[in-house]
Amino acid sequence: MISNSINFKNINLRSVFAIPSEISLAVALTITLGITLIFFTLFIGDDVVNNLQSIWHLITGEADKYQSIVVWQWRASRLFSALVIGAALGISGAVFQSLVRNPLGSPDITGFNVGAFTGVLVSIALFGNFYWYSVIGSLIGGLAAAILVYIFAYKDGHSGFRLIIVGIAISATLTAFNQWLSLTVSLETAMTAALWSAGSLNGMTWGRILPASLLILLLVGLALLLNTRMKLLEMGDDIAAALGLSVNKTRLLLMLIGVSLTAVPTAITGPISFISLAAPQIARRLHSQQHITLVGSALVGAFLLMTADFIGQHSWQNATLPVGLVTISLGGLYLVYLIIREGK
Amino acid sequence: MTQASSQLSFANTAEIHTVQSALETKSVTLAYEQNVIAKNLSVEIPNGKFTVIVGPNGCGKSTLLRSLSRLLLPQSGEILLNGENIHSQSTREVAKKLGLLPQSAIAPNGIKVIDLVSRGRFPHQKWFQPWSEADQKAVELAMQATGVMDFAQHNVDQLSGGQRQRVWVAMALAQETSLLLLDEPTTYLDIAHQIELMDLFQDLNRVQGHTLVAVLHDLNHACRYADHLIMIKAGKVIATGSPNEIVTEDLIKQVFGLSCLILPDPISNTPLIIPRGRAAKTS
Repeated sequence: MISNSINFKNINLRSVFAIPSEISLAVALTITLGITLIFFTLFIGDDVVNNLQSIWHLITGEADKYQSIVVWQWRASRLFSALVIGAALGISGAVFQSLVRNPLGSPDITGFNVGAFTGVLVSIALFGNFYWYSVIGSLIGGLAAAILVYIFAYKDGHSGFRLIIVGIAISATLTAFNQWLSLTVSLETAMTAALWSAGSLNGMTWGRILPASLLILLLVGLALLLNTRMKLLEMGDDIAAALGLSVNKTRLLLMLIGVSLTAVPTAITGPISFISLAAPQIARRLHSQQHITLVGSALVGAFLLMTADFIGQHSWQNATLPVGLVTISLGGLYLVYLIIREGK
Repeated sequence: MTQASSQLSFANTAEIHTVQSALETKSVTLAYEQNVIAKNLSVEIPNGKFTVIVGPNGCGKSTLLRSLSRLLLPQSGEILLNGENIHSQSTREVAKKLGLLPQSAIAPNGIKVIDLVSRGRFPHQKWFQPWSEADQKAVELAMQATGVMDFAQHNVDQLSGGQRQRVWVAMALAQETSLLLLDEPTTYLDIAHQIELMDLFQDLNRVQGHTLVAVLHDLNHACRYADHLIMIKAGKVIATGSPNEIVTEDLIKQVFGLSCLILPDPISNTPLIIPRGRAAKTS
């Protein structure tokens, strides 16, 4: 999966010395923490009576209407959004890290999510703030960014590392473009854009998340179908072709799915960074054979975004941080760690 | 012999050739974008033989192998697999007839030997088709033939270079193709592992009946193991035939620019090439 030779050594040592029980302990801890967080997110907090009996009433549907609305309409939809979007971003990251064969090759580093957000901004500026316009704008923007990166990075074929460097450059350019766009549009649009650009799960109602979830579900299904082919591509283009794979077609298809799995979440929440980057790598360390799996990446992505949103909602008194801010802070630390380790 | 009869026999052999060659290029031009590697190159790979392609660095032998395995589309000319244009067949169809061991294969992190070998079954599998008994059988046979059965459950990255190369061969064998193309399969291996691998290829050819094509660097290995030798220089075929028929001091001088002495190999009775090098100048 990773072309870096230093990394190979690390993994060798790991697989020799890894104690399976230690890994399953980590998995068990993660699952327990995940369930605890789900419980806390739903049932603990202001406006709801915090005792076991009333929680039981909420679950069975005997609670009063106000409390039911708070828990099942507001909190549950937000929690569900965090899980679905986290999973989508995790899979998107796993697909791209596999395609580029590098742990840094994720759509939030190569700027596909910034491109997607450019698409959202353009669609808001041109047509106003409509759900499906944003989704389509986001898809077009993400794909355009991906195409730009591919064109600029092409030199006798694509090396993973060049794609990443060009991606970072395109990402920076698009960020600047996004800011310019915010300055030129009307104040109202600019404010919507500014709120959005942090990446937030605020106002995530069922009506907002469900249509996107269906789309994400479809994309995840496609990604899982292509899983075997993706694994063959990791062994190198020549051997994949020798095994009967249409290399370019498969890569294009995986790229489209990967970009879409970043673009659709970006359309409804704004850009949320670092979930795509970190989730597959954490999932690999939790896997008994150190493999990156799509399902593992999805689960870890869901867990990470839920945790980040929990932190964002509860770390400040009387104020909630946008989840994008939390992931970018935590992810920044992780990126520093990754660069230090790669540099060793 | 009269003019007419010689023409007749020529026609006959031409006809036999189209039947006998498993794979052939017909005046192909091979190039990477503007960089032309070979022009009007025609090569035949005889059925059931162990063919070895040799030539100096950059002569186009690996490029030829890439084109023979459908990885490179020729700019002109055509490549025939069992008499049919290889590019009018799908990648998957070709993968059922022709296996390739490229130089660039990357073993995924932490993959087990048996899992890697199993990936060779990909061209035989359809969407939603479960792992079949035929798949299992092919994988087992491939692992037995290459002697990697004992470490089926080991991680590939824990194996030695020679063992790992045998695992890749097993993966190609699991593809169950009659043709097997090998791009410098012994590079980076020590001499014992090189010979072990060459012996394995010979068995695959003689015992299991695979048609083999290998690009090799070591001329003495090529002379000892090849039934059919193709010597290439600067994108042109200089000589083809069995090593005993074609390998001479003059040919080696012509193709490699190397002054050498050729003796019969006391073990295999094939040509043994001994480079003169600087030692000859000082003596």
